[in-house]
Amino acid sequence: MPHLLTRSLDRGASIFLLVVAACGILIPLSNLLLPAGSALQVPTYLVALWGKYVCYAILALSIDLIWGYCGILSLGHGAFFALGGYAMGMYLMRQIGTRGVYGNPILPDFMVFLNYSKLPWYWHGFDMFWFAALMVLLVPGLLAFCFGWLAFRSRVTGVYLSIITQAMTYALLLAFFRNDFGFGGNNGLTDFKDVLGFNVQAEGTRAALFALSCLALILAFLICRAVVSSKLGKVLIAIRDAESRTRFLGYRVESYKLFVFTLSACMAGVAGALYVPQVGIINPSEFAPGNSIEAVIWVAVGGRGTLVGAALGAVVVNYAKTFFTSGVLAPYWLFMLGALFVLVTLLLPKGILGTFNSWWDQLSTRTPNADSAAREDGVTEPKMAE
Amino acid sequence: MNVMDTRATSSLLYLDGVHVSFDGFHAINNLSLTLEPGEMRAIIGPNGAGKTTMMDIITGKTKPDEGTVLFDGKTDLTRLDETRIAELGIGRKFQKPTVFESQSVEDNLLLALNVDHSVKGTLFWRGSKGEAEQIDRVLETVRLKDVRRKLAGSLSHGQKQWLEIGMLLAQDPKLLLVDEPVAGMTDVETHQTAELLKEINRDHTVMVVEHDMTFVRELGVKVTCLHEGTVLAEGTIDQVSSNDRVIEVYLGR
Repeated sequence: MPHLLTRSLDRGASIFLLVVAACGILIPLSNLLLPAGSALQVPTYLVALWGKYVCYAILALSIDLIWGYCGILSLGHGAFFALGGYAMGMYLMRQIGTRGVYGNPILPDFMVFLNYSKLPWYWHGFDMFWFAALMVLLVPGLLAFCFGWLAFRSRVTGVYLSIITQAMTYALLLAFFRNDFGFGGNNGLTDFKDVLGFNVQAEGTRAALFALSCLALILAFLICRAVVSSKLGKVLIAIRDAESRTRFLGYRVESYKLFVFTLSACMAGVAGALYVPQVGIINPSEFAPGNSIEAVIWVAVGGRGTLVGAALGAVVVNYAKTFFTSGVLAPYWLFMLGALFVLVTLLLPKGILGTFNSWWDQLSTRTPNADSAAREDGVTEPKMAE
Repeated sequence: MNVMDTRATSSLLYLDGVHVSFDGFHAINNLSLTLEPGEMRAIIGPNGAGKTTMMDIITGKTKPDEGTVLFDGKTDLTRLDETRIAELGIGRKFQKPTVFESQSVEDNLLLALNVDHSVKGTLFWRGSKGEAEQIDRVLETVRLKDVRRKLAGSLSHGQKQWLEIGMLLAQDPKLLLVDEPVAGMTDVETHQTAELLKEINRDHTVMVVEHDMTFVRELGVKVTCLHEGTVLAEGTIDQVSSNDRVIEVYLGR
């Protein structure tokens, strides 16, 4: 159906995809091919930093899919991100082999240190990449499925759902902090050596990971667009705006929520899995409730219910974070983040992109030949109020 | 077979001895009511008479404490949830118009169409000619053809009420429950709505809750007056409005 295709790739979406693709190709090339110190060369530390932003952008997309389109405000999405990260981290740990401090071919260092006699059963299989990659999708997906099945079937909505998602990520934080839980306690997993045989510290690997992250962002975006521009997307918006009305039309609301929540958790898991080899560590602090809330702020700042805005918000806020936390303003970053959220809510309730879109529409309806281009595609940005 | 049994099986909707109480307040008190296939019934009664609660029971939003609620002579509605009941063919228009404000008029109707409502079905949905024609027909019936691409949120109050009736039509249910369709409408809109409901009644069974007596008179159908959760009077509009109890509790002298 060409109509569906044109709708799923409108002006904003195409520009977004082009920009991400260009970054995914040009940044690694400039890093690898140009001589170090040249003005156009992107230094390796920046490649790793921006790679982190791209992973955050995927996480933001996954939150926007459920919050912006279905009204599910998850304040625990960091948990799915971290679980994906741990699955990848376990693979990376198993790759270290005898190169660890204790030189044990099977047991990772922290297990030797904690006197483990053998590998816990849930660590088996993580020496194989395909298995770890599967778990990156399966573990967050399964947790989201079980959690969602219980929550949505019992019709837990609104702030109550947000609160139990916070509780979920906090419970995981506490569990992963425990040494006897088998994931390295509060040190987490680190000291990674190589991924698929390539040294994780090498410039080439970093550049490749960056390119892969961009590719994952493009794929995640295309999946989200396909979902929200299908009839299912209309049902999601219907649920967001009038849940019980949708039920009276004969839609099984809990199935829709469960589908989109699970899909979103899998995407968050992939983001986490790409994040870990680029930052070189995964520890329980990734489960901190504050992280999940911060991710929701990215989406709100960028523009809820716009997808592109969510990704943009993740990059903008994190760029600001990097910028402000490395100077004299460092101690005040959290105040600034809070102020940013309040200001955006008050002044730009539709977020950066939502505001830009309405401004652009006003401008284009004023020009005489563009009056037919007025946005009547039936999907508007939701109100900020939850 | 006794008389009650025949009534239960031949009627489209059969309520018998229904009780509901909320924290000791008896919202519905031994309510019995039957609706024949093809009938249109108007329900009147003062505020708090249990009109909306009755609709909640029929559509599965509220579970009765006791009593029988049968649809089509065989299905026990008290055991089913809202989605199942909607799938069976009972559509509802709410007191306050609830349309999907951020979506277009057409999309509202598309969502209401009685087609595959599963996750898979909607994800891989491709529009069909039949569906488009059905939407066109409904738009024609509810007189919203000119605003089909507008956002539902930008419609006037009366248009929203019609859109919601249109969504009921698109759902093509066996039984339509319409809660206060003309509240807040102008006289002309009220008249048009009466015409619309009569048109819909040609091939659907309809139950209308309404306060506007002029409108009820215009419908010219059998009227049931509820009071304190039970049936006070039933009959033609003239019979009901001349009933002493009805005048006392509802119409006023």
